[in-house]
Amino acid sequence: MSGPGIAAYLVISALLFATGALGVLIRRSPLIILLALEIMLNAGNLALIAYSRHLGDGDGQIFALTVMVVAAAEAVVGLGLIVAISRLRMELDVDKLTSLRG
Amino acid sequence: MAEEILVWIVWVGAALTLLSSGLAVVLFANPFFSALALIANLASLAVLYLLLAAEFVAAAQVLVYAGAIVVMFLFVIAYLGGRADTPWAGGPTLQSLAAVVAAGAIAVEIVVVIGLKAGDRLSESAAVRDSFGSPAEIGRLFLADHLLAFEVTSIVLLIAAVGGVILGMTVPKPEASDG
Repeated sequence: MSGPGIAAYLVISALLFATGALGVLIRRSPLIILLALEIMLNAGNLALIAYSRHLGDGDGQIFALTVMVVAAAEAVVGLGLIVAISRLRMELDVDKLTSLRG
Repeated sequence: MAEEILVWIVWVGAALTLLSSGLAVVLFANPFFSALALIANLASLAVLYLLLAAEFVAAAQVLVYAGAIVVMFLFVIAYLGGRADTPWAGGPTLQSLAAVVAAGAIAVEIVVVIGLKAGDRLSESAAVRDSFGSPAEIGRLFLADHLLAFEVTSIVLLIAAVGGVILGMTVPKPEASDG
């Protein structure tokens, strides 16, 4: 395998995951939080595919494709929730959406 | 040797684009620009997938994410208009600082654990055939070894589609809102 080894890909994946986690923690718009969640899922996918190449086993790629399907489903439901929230004229701010708080 | 250098150049370019566009998604104040930065993020990720001999996943990544998910995000952002912008700076600074520290801690933690647990076993990768990661190979794995996952996946997509339609058409009573 030419180019950098698997460890380099895993480091990139960890940094990307931390970027997504930062987005979830720091932003208050649910739209941006969804985008940051996609970044975190993609970081996991990168690690899966790196290990798949490292072990020479295609199962990791199957797992990554399944994760992509779950990410698509999650984006659909999340965006549906955001549109429903905006129709209720509620503020799109996760710090102010507290009706489910016990 | 020339090929090796070329691969390194492509890898460094893709990795830098990946990380900087990821930061751009998180830090842009305008959600429209965030969604556009996500496209750059996904494209450079697809380049990394290609370097890892995952051709089919790279193509599916560009189709599913850049083609479908990001377009859906852009539609919703356009539908919400100005209401999509919740400025990111509003939060308490202590909270932001703690978030940065926590994210940095996650990154360091993952890297250290990988280094400690698997560092010496990551140097040599297995040799793979040319067909590794090709659509034919993926199809064989999906329909022979992982048929259950394939079928469950279709049910998940169906439920998500139905849920999206229901969320989109229900207009609850406005007095249920607590603002």
